[in-house]
Amino acid sequence: MAATEQDILEGLGKIINEITGIPASEVTPEKNFVDDLDIDSLSMVEIAVAAQDEFGVEIPDDQLKNLKTVKDVLTYIQN
Amino acid sequence: MSANRVRVVVTGLGATTPVGGDVTSTWTALLAGQSGVETLTTDWIDTVPVKFAGTAAVDPAGVLPRPEARRLDRSEQFALVASREAWQDAGAPEVAPERLGVVVSSGIGGISTTLTAYDTYRERGWNRLSPFTVPMLMPNGPAAWIGLDLGAQAGVHATVSACASGAEAIGYAMDMIRAGRADVVVAGGTEAAIHGLNMAAFAAARAMSQRNDDPQGASRPWDRDRDGFVLGEGAGIVVLESEEHARARGARVYAYCSGIGYSADAHHITQPEPEGRGQIMAMTQALTDADITGLDVKHVNAHATSTPAGDVGEVQAVAKAIGNHPLVTSTKSMTGHLLGGAGGIESVFTIKALQERIVPRTINIDNLDDGIDVDLVYGANRTLPAGDIAAVNNSFGFGGHNVAVVFKGA
Repeated sequence: MAATEQDILEGLGKIINEITGIPASEVTPEKNFVDDLDIDSLSMVEIAVAAQDEFGVEIPDDQLKNLKTVKDVLTYIQN
Repeated sequence: MSANRVRVVVTGLGATTPVGGDVTSTWTALLAGQSGVETLTTDWIDTVPVKFAGTAAVDPAGVLPRPEARRLDRSEQFALVASREAWQDAGAPEVAPERLGVVVSSGIGGISTTLTAYDTYRERGWNRLSPFTVPMLMPNGPAAWIGLDLGAQAGVHATVSACASGAEAIGYAMDMIRAGRADVVVAGGTEAAIHGLNMAAFAAARAMSQRNDDPQGASRPWDRDRDGFVLGEGAGIVVLESEEHARARGARVYAYCSGIGYSADAHHITQPEPEGRGQIMAMTQALTDADITGLDVKHVNAHATSTPAGDVGEVQAVAKAIGNHPLVTSTKSMTGHLLGGAGGIESVFTIKALQERIVPRTINIDNLDDGIDVDLVYGANRTLPAGDIAAVNNSFGFGGHNVAVVFKGA
């Protein structure tokens, strides 16, 4: 994987900003999507689809439901 | 008619059209006789015989916040932009959620979403579709989003009758208030159908103008050389309110929404009935419903879409149902035909005409067709008399739907 965790975080921040309007600067690893960022399940699907286009990593529904925090997504994409 | 029936007033207006992004800019453009039709440069334009349309003057996706706009079909974007303008214009009325309704329609629904999503599904698979695809393509989507925006709980409806949809929505909204189901209802029509398939399909129906060398002259109702309608896009929304509710909060009242007439031709799926029976019936019922006579009507905003079949028949029906005295105009000569949005924006224009006592002229009438015996407004705008006057907005749709709405000056 050529992309560093910082690259992925920046890319994810842009995607989340585009979809939800949340400033990219608030998308930090420790944030929980539901509790901290108030992102609903359909928005998570949108984010997963956009992340697939951006990073080339598919996130199936049964995996997506386990990704609770930004850090979880970073780890999933890197691995 | 009951003497103590609930009276319905108009307290807010909103519009986004091919000639302006709000009511004020749109109305100013209409009074100046400006066309909103222009040559298209889309990637599919070489595949269709019609090369122009009335594209919205202001892109709604640029007005709404980006996260909101991306979840909405363009028809829903127009509807939200216009409904927010109308709601603010009405003074953002305080009303119990269970007494607030929405009736907003389109003729075709989220057609561009349907077609784009189909391409995505075929080329990239089901799991690349937005989870919002269904609410973007469903025809009740515009009404549903407005209902969510305002928290409306008294009922959110979408009455679909092709190009009569917007007017039928306003009629249904009036009926809701009269029946005691709501105190305030946001109503109107929206459409975003400038897409290759629609242009091709309407061209296949031989319904569209192909005056490609003169797009701004293409929508020419009642002109001898008219050759079909011009597609437009946008939305027109009114806030209707029981008079009691409006007076209690000291609202500005634009006009009374005082009568509605509906009928169906039962004749042909696309052709108007040649004797105008259905149109006459709708207008006559609307006058009766408003408890007025034809002599009270001083202005008609006609459906007149610039098709050879429809325009002259409509004014002959107006002459029979109302008389040949009202000032008749077709603002579609400037905006093009917004299909399900037409009844929305044209009700807004009818109300503005009553408020300001001026009727915008029909543009592009160079040689008046034969068989017209009403007072058409062309060449210059005309003024309406002071006093207690009424105006009618006509909308007719494929399927033989006829709707006439009566507004009375406040």
